Amino acid sequence: MQVKPIYIFVLLSVLFLTYSSVLYLSDEKEIIIQRATKKDFSAEGKLIFQKYNCQACHQIYSLGGYLGPDLTNVYSKYNNEDVIKAFMKGGFKQMPSFKLTSYEESALIQFFKKMDKTGTADIRNFEFQADGMIKPKQEKR
Amino acid sequence: MTNPGKKFAILALFMLSIAIIAGLLASISYLSPEFLKEKIGFSVLRPVHVSAVYFWISLSATAGVYSALWNNNMSSFTSKMSYFHFVLIAISALGILISYFFKNFGGREYWEYNPYWAIPVLISWVLFLINYLHSALKIKNWPVYYWMWFTGILFFIFIFIENYLWLIPSIRESFIKDLTIQWKVNGSIVGAYNQLIYATAFYLMDKITDNKAHQVGHKKIVFAMYFLGLANLMFNWSHHIYTLPSDMYVKYIGYLVSMTEWVLFLRTIFLWKKTIDEFKINAHYFPYRFLIASEFWVFINLFQALLMSIPAINAYTHGTHVTVAHAMGTTIGINTMILLAALYMFFDGKNDQDSHSHRRYLKNNFWFLQISLLFFFLSLDISGVLKGLWQMDKHALPFSDMMANLHPWFILMFISGCGLFISLGIYCYYLLSVLLKRITNYSI
Ligand code: HEC
Repeated sequence: MQVKPIYIFVLLSVLFLTYSSVLYLSDEKEIIIQRATKKDFSAEGKLIFQKYNCQACHQIYSLGGYLGPDLTNVYSKYNNEDVIKAFMKGGFKQMPSFKLTSYEESALIQFFKKMDKTGTADIRNFEFQADGMIKPKQEKR
Repeated sequence: MTNPGKKFAILALFMLSIAIIAGLLASISYLSPEFLKEKIGFSVLRPVHVSAVYFWISLSATAGVYSALWNNNMSSFTSKMSYFHFVLIAISALGILISYFFKNFGGREYWEYNPYWAIPVLISWVLFLINYLHSALKIKNWPVYYWMWFTGILFFIFIFIENYLWLIPSIRESFIKDLTIQWKVNGSIVGAYNQLIYATAFYLMDKITDNKAHQVGHKKIVFAMYFLGLANLMFNWSHHIYTLPSDMYVKYIGYLVSMTEWVLFLRTIFLWKKTIDEFKINAHYFPYRFLIASEFWVFINLFQALLMSIPAINAYTHGTHVTVAHAMGTTIGINTMILLAALYMFFDGKNDQDSHSHRRYLKNNFWFLQISLLFFFLSLDISGVLKGLWQMDKHALPFSDMMANLHPWFILMFISGCGLFISLGIYCYYLLSVLLKRITNYSI
């Protein structure tokens, strides 16, 4: 029996749309916490990260450019906001100097702080499973 | 009536020239950090390069679709409306490139610009869909490449809209969800382009071969492969997010679906000789060579991609230059080769059959291009693997030491990048001069 291509096409598309909608609508824990505390402007920090195109050189969870280090966990790496602020001024290596306002600086810091809480991008904190999958080790977060 | 694909081809080649210039300049940053740092810098050159490449791929793929329709009774509606499509996309392309120099960025991966440019780009693609369907629906019982072109355009539109979901605050503020969607978009938009481009490759193969029995358009097995490709476009993208703290089931879907591509891989091995013989009999000099080259790069890249889709291996390669090697290997080795074959076939086909002795440099250039790409690919792969190993080490080197140790490989990357710049530049120049000077009003 001949199955028309259109049937398979529609079937796959319905599955795809369902899957996509589940992903869009799923709720994330952090956002609830964030909404509760009005002082959190990490979301603005993220927009500032975009405004200056920081991701041309930096990655977050390995998404982004390759000239600078991954910044997912930069907050806990230094655990010192002044050090991170000093880095953000730029001017060394390939990083251009940015004239960030103090609001922009603190928003970026909040962005890094919250990103750091979501998990770890350091691959040494993962364990390998028998089926080939990787999972973050339990003791870390 | 002129082939409406021609104007898209011309703009596409202009974009390719911009892409290789920006790519070359950007790569200098790896060797000389101070290069153009404050005035233009890497943060401008990178998006110029990426956007110009996206436009080269999408515009030449568009040229391929219009040219194929034109060869098969295009409606006069499609032909006329193609001007609107062209004007919109041309304005967006130029506007986007210029906006970067004013430091007006989108700031996301990969293809990004200020979101207001997304409006004309989106409208141009909707026009493309309408134009396509107006001509394609006249044909009953679509061959597989008609399905693939349709899929490519339709899914491009869907994914393109998805790429702007971050404008909704609740999505943007859910950091992990937003990263997931970004990877989903980046992973599957490539699938949409591939549908457009592979369809053109199938179409060309059917045109090249005279033997009806060998034509792929209505073969069941080819339809099966198309659906496998479509399922991968839809579901395999989560092989990019194994380290992201998102739901495990999403990661498993990506893992499992990716592994189905082994079927495609084995098929390329079994059909390798047959495809080559088939092409040889009916050789059109350059289309034949570019298509063979693309088959070779499919083989290399698919194998690497399959390995990288296994989470335990991905842990080493993710976020390193192995990812870049994969991206370059596929966009240059596969997509650009097929698209160059298509431009040669659609716009230089007749000349191709008469003497090509006066074009010896173009023939040598073919090998120059392949060898440059091979070294480029290797330099990226090696620097990626080294970094992957170093960062897994208990006493991982600081980032700056890793970069310093990789310097020799970056030099190789730069030299082979110069090779790519010259060899692609030569084809670009040649094809542009053909398109701008000669009458290219014949059908294949
Ligand atoms: C042109 C490339 C480039 C751009 C754009 C860029 N950076 Fe950097 N960044 C670098 C490089 C290179 C380093 C230094 C890496 C090293 O230690 O050798 C760095 C280091 C850093 C560090 C210190 C990281 C660490 O782990 O030590 C921070 C924080 C940082 N950048 C933040 C930013 C922010 C915020 C932006 C956007 C406003 C930005 N960068 C834009 C290239 C860039």
